[in-house]
Amino acid sequence: MNLTLKIWRQAGPQAPGEMKTYQVDDVSEDMSFLEMLDVLNEQLNAGGEEPVAFDSDCREGICGNCSLMINGEAHGPEVTTTCQLHMRSFADGDTITIEPWRADAFPVIRDLVTDRSAFDRIIQSGGYISANTGSAPEANSVPVPRDDATKAFNFATCIGCGACVAACPNGSASLFMGAKITQLGLLPQGQPERWSRVVDMVGQHDAEGFGGCTNIGECATACPKEIPLDVISQLNKDLRTAIKHGH
Amino acid sequence: MAVTRPTLVKGSQGTRSTIALKITMAASGTIFIGFVLLHMYGNLKAFGGQDSFNEYAEHLRELGEPMLPHAGALWVIRLVLIVSLVVHVWAAATLWKRAKSARSTQYVGRKRHTALSSNTMRWGGITILVFLVWHLLNFTIGKINPSTGDTGDAAGDPYSLMVDTFDLWWMTLIYLVAMVALGLHLHHGTWSALQTLGFTGTAKSRTRAKAAGWVVAIVVAGGFSLVPLATLVGIIE
Amino acid sequence: MASSNADLSGLVAHNEAPTQVSDDAHGYYTHGEKLVDAKAPTGPIKDRWTTRKMDNRLVNPANRRKLDVIIVGTGLAGGAAAATLGEAGYNVKSFCYQDSPRRARSIAAQGGINAAKNYKEDGDSTYRLFYDTVKGGDYRSRESNVYRLAEVSASIIDQCVAQGVPFAREYGGLLDNRSFGGVQVSRTFYARGQTGQQLLIGAYQAMERQVAAGTVTQYTRHEMLEVIVADGKARGIIARDLVTGEIETHLADVVVLASGGYGNVFFLSTNAMGSNVTAAWRAHRKGAYMANPCYTQIHPTCIPVSGEHQSKLTLMSESLRNDGRIWVPKNREDCDKDPRDIAEEDRDYYLERIYPSFGNLVPRDIASRQAKNMCDEGRGVGPMVGDFRRGVYLDFADAISRLGEDAVREKYGNLFDMYARITGENPYETPMRIYPAVHYVMGGLWVDYNLQSSIEGLFVAGEANFSDHGANRLGASALMQGLADGYFVLPNTIREYLADGPFEKIDESHPAVAEAKASVEDRVSKFLSIGGDRSADSFHRELGHIMWEYCGMERTEDGLRKAIDQIRELKAEFWRNLKVLGTADSLNQSLEKAGRVADFIELGELMCIDALNRRESCGGHFRAESQTEDGEALRHDEEFAYVAAWEWGGEDGQPVLHKEDLIYTAIEMKQRSYK
Ligand SMILES: Cc1cc2nc3c(=O)[nH]c(=O)nc-3n(C[C@H](O)[C@H](O)[C@H](O)COP(=O)(O)OP(=O)(O)OC[C@H]3O[C@@H](n4cnc5c(N)ncnc54)[C@H](O)[C@@H]3O)c2cc1C
Ligand code: HEM
Ligand code: HEM
Ligand code: SF4
Ligand code: F3S
Ligand code: FES
Repeated sequence: MNLTLKIWRQAGPQAPGEMKTYQVDDVSEDMSFLEMLDVLNEQLNAGGEEPVAFDSDCREGICGNCSLMINGEAHGPEVTTTCQLHMRSFADGDTITIEPWRADAFPVIRDLVTDRSAFDRIIQSGGYISANTGSAPEANSVPVPRDDATKAFNFATCIGCGACVAACPNGSASLFMGAKITQLGLLPQGQPERWSRVVDMVGQHDAEGFGGCTNIGECATACPKEIPLDVISQLNKDLRTAIKHGH
Repeated sequence: MAVTRPTLVKGSQGTRSTIALKITMAASGTIFIGFVLLHMYGNLKAFGGQDSFNEYAEHLRELGEPMLPHAGALWVIRLVLIVSLVVHVWAAATLWKRAKSARSTQYVGRKRHTALSSNTMRWGGITILVFLVWHLLNFTIGKINPSTGDTGDAAGDPYSLMVDTFDLWWMTLIYLVAMVALGLHLHHGTWSALQTLGFTGTAKSRTRAKAAGWVVAIVVAGGFSLVPLATLVGIIE
Repeated sequence: MASSNADLSGLVAHNEAPTQVSDDAHGYYTHGEKLVDAKAPTGPIKDRWTTRKMDNRLVNPANRRKLDVIIVGTGLAGGAAAATLGEAGYNVKSFCYQDSPRRARSIAAQGGINAAKNYKEDGDSTYRLFYDTVKGGDYRSRESNVYRLAEVSASIIDQCVAQGVPFAREYGGLLDNRSFGGVQVSRTFYARGQTGQQLLIGAYQAMERQVAAGTVTQYTRHEMLEVIVADGKARGIIARDLVTGEIETHLADVVVLASGGYGNVFFLSTNAMGSNVTAAWRAHRKGAYMANPCYTQIHPTCIPVSGEHQSKLTLMSESLRNDGRIWVPKNREDCDKDPRDIAEEDRDYYLERIYPSFGNLVPRDIASRQAKNMCDEGRGVGPMVGDFRRGVYLDFADAISRLGEDAVREKYGNLFDMYARITGENPYETPMRIYPAVHYVMGGLWVDYNLQSSIEGLFVAGEANFSDHGANRLGASALMQGLADGYFVLPNTIREYLADGPFEKIDESHPAVAEAKASVEDRVSKFLSIGGDRSADSFHRELGHIMWEYCGMERTEDGLRKAIDQIRELKAEFWRNLKVLGTADSLNQSLEKAGRVADFIELGELMCIDALNRRESCGGHFRAESQTEDGEALRHDEEFAYVAAWEWGGEDGQPVLHKEDLIYTAIEMKQRSYK
């Protein structure tokens, strides 16, 4: 199939950007979306124009690196990551708009690449359980109900891609944060730091310039790992309880 | 040039967070829900005729007597409402400003998946605010009778004021438009308040909260609309 | 099991030192001195690690802050090491090329992690895990290292659980296990099909906690391009900030490489797109030996290549072979038919035919090689890729009629979904197509028992070292090794080295630093100035074709010679005809790629030389010249029971081969058989 691509090009963090139009032909429907962009880049390189920069690494939907806004949808039309989106989801003659994640907390570095280090700092501010190496008790000494373990796992599958932020009209990272809070809050190991964790993480979230959540729900629709809105409810509840505990 | 990014913040306080703001919105919003439900119920007394309605209005002022002075309870309610409104609007404005700077560049293409109501909370809220000013001038502060041009007590008792108002098609229209805005606001607002307060931690409770949003929106907007419509078509006169 | 007759005193050797007679690689390398691991422990194998931990000197907590540690890589090995060394109070700098440490390649591991916990009371023990791992590695690993790995395995699980890693559990709330990769005990801990992700996020969070505590500084989007060796010691690295393009110098008292494996030398592999050999290769060129580079693991159940545009391959869990039946058409004419129209009698269930007792469950290397043979015969299925169809059927029709579609969905649903998403075919209706793909490399930088390379002060952990897996890695053992190295081994061995520190400060003006920095700058500007016609990617693809064809599942003397010639030509063309646009002072992904490809080309040549030299078949290395009458791998212990550690021979020189003999005291060598 033949496609018209409208792609955001921006030379650097401070440079102005613009949408540019490209044509790619003979795209096979077995290609992944990123392979289609690889083809475009070969073509651009051959023609003397710098290839389009975009992030990707594992290309199997688990590292969270790929991050494109495709036709106004984070990761495109399917419930999956950009790298697992295939061209059979598009039709011959389509025009496809490709933009970077837009959130001021994720500044554009170049073209479609953004800086998501804010997520690392949210984790640094409390998204962990303090357990020094070597100090751990025997693993089976603390049983965890299977249901809780399964739920905790489901929330732990967040890949930190940032699609939730990209999709949220408020640029809020509540879904990402809620997934971590809920995961750790379900486990006995997570209890000692529970209240300080939520307050510190939310504090960092706010300082990074993410917006507040108004429960719109675009985030959960965009999330490739189907993290549900439940986690935002839990996040809110934990924060409320933390305030009660004087944090 | 490297982009300089924020550093780790120390000593965060729960009460200073965006979520705390949201909790105050949810709390004030819940108060509003309670108020509009009661108010709507009161309005339906109009179907009982002039006396029944006026009595109800008077009863409101006698509430709490003799422990409270005349209209004392009403003033307590008013005070709570005023404070709630200030908090609600202030929090909404703060969050709006944040959201604007959190996404200062818009997408060229944008596809929405969510209900109209969730995306119109802010403009809908402003619509309600404007309506409220008009409504209070109309019925409480100014008591403007649009038919006779009289104001104050000369405009008549609450019942007459209301009937005279809704006899005019354009007044009815203003009210109906406002009820649409209110319905939308409450459709999202009810679910949103429940989510903000942390009552929707499972898929089931989430479905229930969304259903509650529908119920509240339809009951309130529908209930309020009955009186103006009934007046316009002459059931109430 | 061999333990009954094994003498564990550590004093009795079960085999003699090998003497190589054949010399296939004659003319491609020069002979170096024998290599002896000077840090190798002695005594009863059970006590070696305990004794070593005791003997290694300690570093006073007050001194730790003054000691700078550089760790390249934030995968399981690097992330765990950064967290642990940070907790201990060292001043750690951590590097990765991705935008966050959490994205390291370890994240993609699916199946699970082994540990000798014996929770199932099915007879597992440290010794049994040790034994299985040595045997699985086809007796080409060091027994002391493997024993230590088995010994610390249990602590890994304790540590991860304490961090909140949500492992699968039983109804009673205790940890669940499954069996994996043909071993007879259930010792694999898992988190659905995302074990690597959960373990890595555990390590990542532990590391981020140290970032907040100020003991670890993280440098993301930084690529290490050179190691600084001053006065015989590794003292730092040169890294490029991938966002600004700045070439930065980072100095330290010790450098740890945990930069992962180099499977991407084949272009197509299950590894992440950015996985590279650059960190290891640059160290190799500075004097670190590269051990057993030809040992590659090819995984049999991957989704096949669909066309020339393909950028990477996706692994599907090996568990599919438990219920799926593998076949190809008997007749070539049937290869492009709808498989459902091919009659039962026209199907060749070749694994069941050739290996009646193991059937579809033969080990990875055998299943992979036979799939290749079928396709080479022209009986492959799926789209044409070049001259051949590269795929075989993995058919669940029997399983579906036997168990019902729901039961199959319950067991394999997520894999089927993934398959459907990638191929657009519905595996419940039509058989899946699979093909082997490069997955893991057992080879890597040579290290001693303390994980120190042949450069003093340069330690290597995780898949980047040649480690503990010999010629073949068992499933669920790489995660174990990465975390063992990072949490428990390295922190205990590095202190022996650091006890002599802090070392004399050096600065940017030191000739070794200036030289390293200048060489990186020269290389970067060279890439940008060649001004040829071909992208780095196109060279990489071509290299991949050569490697896969001649140094893939089956290797021959002729093929390897041909490959070496072709790689040399490719290298010459690369430096003549490369085209990299853009500048050095901004994010430039083509430039990053060029550097990685340049190093892969050099590595590819060494891999072929190593494979050429090793005229035996062992584990993942199959030399057609060395097989039994019925086509099975044939080892030659008397010639090749050694680690081949290659020293860089200079830009125009030949690599130098150092042999480290493998002597077993706790296990006896046996030939594997699966018939
Ligand atoms: C698809 C797949 C499935 C697997 N499944 C299993 C399994 O079920 N069980 C099992 O035991 N093993 C499995 N493995 C193998 C296992 O995942 C890896 O061997 C292991 O995770 C490697 O960890 P590592 O820490 O050594 O390196 P990696 O995780 O590869 O990390 C390498 C790090 O080095 C950094 N780096 C590399 N080069 C540079 C440079 N030049 N400059 C700066 N930084 C650099 C990277 O940024 C990264 O942070 C699987 C592998 C794959 C690919
Ligand atoms: C069709 C819809 C409505 C009708 C017919 C109606 C009618 C009235 C009447 C008659 C009064 C005067 C009562 C009195 O003085 O005793 C009143 C007061 C008031 N109404 Fe409404 N109203 C409607 C909708 C609303 C809505 C939607 C809101 C809020 C969002 C609202 C808020 C108020 C307030 C705040 C007062 C003043 C109460 C006080 O302090 O005295 N009304 N309304
Ligand atoms: C006066 C002007 C008003 C403005 C500007 C306004 C604005 C907003 C905004 C922006 C929100 C947040 C949206 C969200 O959380 O999804 C909100 C929530 C809400 N509003 Fe209003 N609103 C106004 C008046 C009202 C009134 C009069 C009522 C009730 C009759 C009301 C009830 C609610 C409720 C219940 C919520 C949900 C609280 C929550 O989000 O947790 N609002 N409003
Ligand atoms: S919550 Fe979902 S969308 Fe957000 S970062 Fe995690 S995986 Fe991505
Ligand atoms: S879309 Fe945004 S407003 Fe909240 S529910 Fe999701 S973060
Ligand atoms: S590239 Fe890893 S999730 Fe898409």
